[in-house]
Amino acid sequence: MNIFEILGPVMVGPSSSHTAGAVRIGLMTRRLLAERPVKAVIGMHGSFAATGLGHGTDRALVAGLLGMQPEDMRIPESFEYAREAGLAFSFETIQLRDAHPNSVVIEVVGEKGRDLTVQASSLGGGRIMINRLDDIDVNCTCEMPTLIVHNMDQPGHVAEVTSMLSHKSVNIANMSLYRDKRGGRAVMVVETDQPIPLESIKWLEHLEGVLKVTYINVEGEV
Amino acid sequence: MAFGSLKVILETAEQKKVPFWEAVLLDDMNERNVKREESLKQMERLWHAMLEAAAAYDGKLRSNSGLVGGDGQKMEEYVKRGDTLCGPFVGKVLTGALQMGESNACMKRIVAAPTAGSCGVLPAVLVPYFQERGIQEQRILEALYTAAGIGQVIALRASISGAAGGCQAEIGSASAMAAGALVQLQGGDSEQIIHGAAIALKNLLGLVCDPVAGLVEIPCVKRNAAGAVIALSAADLALAGIRSRISPDQVIDAMKEVGDRMDESLRETGRGGLAATEDGREFAARLRQSV
Repeated sequence: MNIFEILGPVMVGPSSSHTAGAVRIGLMTRRLLAERPVKAVIGMHGSFAATGLGHGTDRALVAGLLGMQPEDMRIPESFEYAREAGLAFSFETIQLRDAHPNSVVIEVVGEKGRDLTVQASSLGGGRIMINRLDDIDVNCTCEMPTLIVHNMDQPGHVAEVTSMLSHKSVNIANMSLYRDKRGGRAVMVVETDQPIPLESIKWLEHLEGVLKVTYINVEGEV
Repeated sequence: MAFGSLKVILETAEQKKVPFWEAVLLDDMNERNVKREESLKQMERLWHAMLEAAAAYDGKLRSNSGLVGGDGQKMEEYVKRGDTLCGPFVGKVLTGALQMGESNACMKRIVAAPTAGSCGVLPAVLVPYFQERGIQEQRILEALYTAAGIGQVIALRASISGAAGGCQAEIGSASAMAAGALVQLQGGDSEQIIHGAAIALKNLLGLVCDPVAGLVEIPCVKRNAAGAVIALSAADLALAGIRSRISPDQVIDAMKEVGDRMDESLRETGRGGLAATEDGREFAARLRQSV
């Protein structure tokens, strides 16, 4: 851990895992959706369900979906801001199998109709992990620029992505491949050292066999 | 690469002929690939956030559960009456710790140091010290590097999470970090810094994490006050030349071992200790009903 993970983050209390981490999960969900969310169904599991209310986890998740950072002082009033922003949200208690105790599943719909289901967990100290995206396991911490490509499980898609990155002088830090079944739907998660140009992401979206492209620019704005 | 032991920080500082805090700064510049000014700027931002958080206390606020709030104001008024056992400076430290802990529970903005639950300890000692001694801000930033270096070693060798190591890992770590910072501010040398940290940690060894209803409220807020006072006393012991007979890194290892042996009910599950008392369970039950 670097020293600013020991001192810091600057955050709205009371809990780095149940409040600050929850804000980040909401925020990363918004970035994954890459649209302004208009509807969210939020399922809380384990400790999030049991102690979430006292920790403001519910308001923290909504704050993140609205694009707020963990240090945003408007977090306690996020429900009011959501109404102003036209975000309809609801909560339910869920039970997941083999999930981290601080887990949440968010089904979110954007203003242009794009939808996404994100399962994420808060690991402590404000750090999070996205565990599942639309029913496919991924494990991404969202601490670096991250490209997530949903594609048909066919030869060549990995090469298309990596040669594009090479062409743009973007170095790959970590890369994982997942699929539901042979020849079915596949997901690649690519963490990079440099941000990826947006036109390259748009280019990927138009490739045959590519179903969906999602990009999280950690420093970026939505 | 983060430091693996306090001894290595000490040796690095000696080799490079720099003070303890600067060894931590140089390591941060290397680790995150940033310039000296950038690192210092970020530390300054944290310090200002601490000052703002301390000033933003509102004694009228209550936490989500309604169990916490207003004690920091009571303490402030009591200290103002001028007849405390601990004296005016320690009175301010106690006040600051309670207020920051309450602000955190009431969803105000704080600086996790090292965690949100223990966010009151460092500012409780540093803010009054800064205000009363009229020292330059740079010296506080330097003390914060020392605190961060100590916390980093504890995080690596043991833990700074109550769920993993009990409250000793949160308030204990915060108190050790604050003790080291205070020794440095008072002119102690590197050896005295790490012995101050070790003495503080030793005195909180075994402290369990038993929050009522699983919330960062009871007993967390008051333990910030205890952690701050233990930091002051440990710093004074170290400055008197008293050393921890168990070497500081081994004290951290002992904290890890105690945490590993701690029953799960006493590690932030809200199922043991104070949380499992009759009153604790009653608070929790009332809270569930109000949902």
